Amino acid sequence: MKPTIAIREPVVDDLMDQTEKNLTEEQIEKVINEVIDKETSVRLWTYVNTCIHCGLCSEACHWFLSNDRDVSFAPVTKVKDTLWVMLEKKGKVDAAFIKRCSQISHTECNVCRRCGMYCPFGIDIAYMMLIVRRICARLEMVPLYLQDTVNSHAATMNQMWVKPDEWIDTLQWQEEEGQGYVPSARLPLEKEGSEVMYSVIGPEPKFLAQLLGNITIIMKVAGIDWTMPATAGWDNSNMAMYSGDFEVMARVERLHYETAQRLKVKKIVMGECGHAFRGAEYDGPTWLGWMRPPIELVHAVSFYYDLLMSGRIKIAKKIEGPITAQYPCNIIRNAGLGSKLRYIMNAVCEEFVDLVPNDRHAFCCNAGGDTINCGPPWKKIRVQSARIQSENFKRTGAHTIVTPCHNCHSGVEDIVDGYKLGMHVKFFSELLVEAMEIPEDLKP
Amino acid sequence: MYEFVSGPLVWIAFIIFIGGSLYRLLYMLSGAKKDITLFRHMSVEHSLASLLHWLIPFNNQYMRKRPIFTIISFAFHICLLVTPVFLLAHVILFDESWNVSWLSLPNAVADWMTIIVVAGAVFYAYRRLTDPVVKNVTDGSDFLLLAITALPFITGFLAYHQWFGSKTMLILHILAGELMLIAIPFTRLSHMLFFVFTRALFGSEQGYWKNSKDW
Repeated sequence: MKPTIAIREPVVDDLMDQTEKNLTEEQIEKVINEVIDKETSVRLWTYVNTCIHCGLCSEACHWFLSNDRDVSFAPVTKVKDTLWVMLEKKGKVDAAFIKRCSQISHTECNVCRRCGMYCPFGIDIAYMMLIVRRICARLEMVPLYLQDTVNSHAATMNQMWVKPDEWIDTLQWQEEEGQGYVPSARLPLEKEGSEVMYSVIGPEPKFLAQLLGNITIIMKVAGIDWTMPATAGWDNSNMAMYSGDFEVMARVERLHYETAQRLKVKKIVMGECGHAFRGAEYDGPTWLGWMRPPIELVHAVSFYYDLLMSGRIKIAKKIEGPITAQYPCNIIRNAGLGSKLRYIMNAVCEEFVDLVPNDRHAFCCNAGGDTINCGPPWKKIRVQSARIQSENFKRTGAHTIVTPCHNCHSGVEDIVDGYKLGMHVKFFSELLVEAMEIPEDLKP
Repeated sequence: MYEFVSGPLVWIAFIIFIGGSLYRLLYMLSGAKKDITLFRHMSVEHSLASLLHWLIPFNNQYMRKRPIFTIISFAFHICLLVTPVFLLAHVILFDESWNVSWLSLPNAVADWMTIIVVAGAVFYAYRRLTDPVVKNVTDGSDFLLLAITALPFITGFLAYHQWFGSKTMLILHILAGELMLIAIPFTRLSHMLFFVFTRALFGSEQGYWKNSKDW
């Protein structure tokens, strides 16, 4: 089979460039064979022996569609250029090849699982891309910015090098912010035996602290008995899951649940993030052999849906004008929360304009699955390859795009900037704080 | 020659086909047991739901988006499976040897179904040569598999219509059929055996494990 012709602008990534110089072919061969023999099981074998090379998966991929149907971005090509070669050569490949594998699997695929849904045989191509990432991670061939978040997870148990005092400081500051709206609002730390532990991802205290203020208000108005941990274990995000460093992934997930158990809560409610839900609900527990989370995990979309359905939160004034929403892959296609998302949109917005395609068929924001965490060197091609979704947004004519996921939020902001859409990007919590009724006795 | 290819060789081909298929399936299932997560991600209900949505034409969004491809693919695969089993000549052979028989297709219908299979193979070959994505992942083996699939139908058609010397063509037809049977378990034609399982796994992961759907 002839090699694929892939034309890319050269990208400088210090870690990948350095690793390329350091890797020996013996190391590469050993790691590839170890991962394929010991970590993949018969699933990979069956997938490779079943794929009939029909190329139907290509229609699913926003990378392929956004780049004028460039063959080198098609899902089947990504498997051909990585695993097929590794299997055929039994791991005897060079460092430049491994670098290209990392580029394909880390920076040009969001493991969003749309292609699996379009394969007539249901071959899970994202699973295969995660195997490629695993091989790359064990060889330290990971984009620099992504590896930095993994290092942060390993050292601090949060994604963004947030120090323990900064964490507590930020929570107390945001408690005061929340009290500006609802003076009796509290952000309770370390309250053992609460019903709910609320957990967030590293970027919230780092640069989106107002979201913590929002949840303080929402929890008070809804009358929820809740708490947040003052120790490590508060971060539910997991970039190690995406880099391929599953050992660190497991440590992060274990600590998250152990923290909830220490606080003796009944369930964990998590902020608006997609990959964090995937890690905590599926990938983490599966790798740990628990299969299911030991404590119930509720995503913000489910939580807000319950609050609105049960009337614990009432809407005073719906948001005006056309608003649309991004469907985050990891909570919609891969967790089935689509109808709850639409329920919230209709409850909070006067005019909800749905995306086409929507729900589990919606396209990825092209930031998820770690690609945005690969950092500035890889931003240009990422935004360029989100063209299809930018066109979908444009067609809605909305003034705001709601994104109940942090990756989507940043990714959609990049789309709005890159394609000059002139739209706002918001989380549900921002909409709720704006639209919900604050009872008289809680008002300042 | 005819006695050999229509006698012992048929037995050998069927033994390799059935034995090989069982071996490959058992290999897959025993390997799957070692992965403790696989079966725990699966459920019968969601496996069947997924299969139902992908085995009935136009029962999922992707097929509705590609009507021509869907019609050709279903026609090709249905004719490929049904024609050899219900062809009158094949049923008579079984009747003569083992005294068992079943429904058979009128010869004219079988003729058209054979043409559909061959036309389908030509379509797939054309697609492999022209669609850039497919072309990029195609090598000689893909055309070989198409040829192995189409050859029994081409030779069968020619033998029935008694073109190019019926005896030689009949021998070629039997050989081609045997080659296809032997190839099924050991080439990517094994998607015939495996697709049920890959489909069931993805359907289960989406439906049972992740509370979503895969169609």
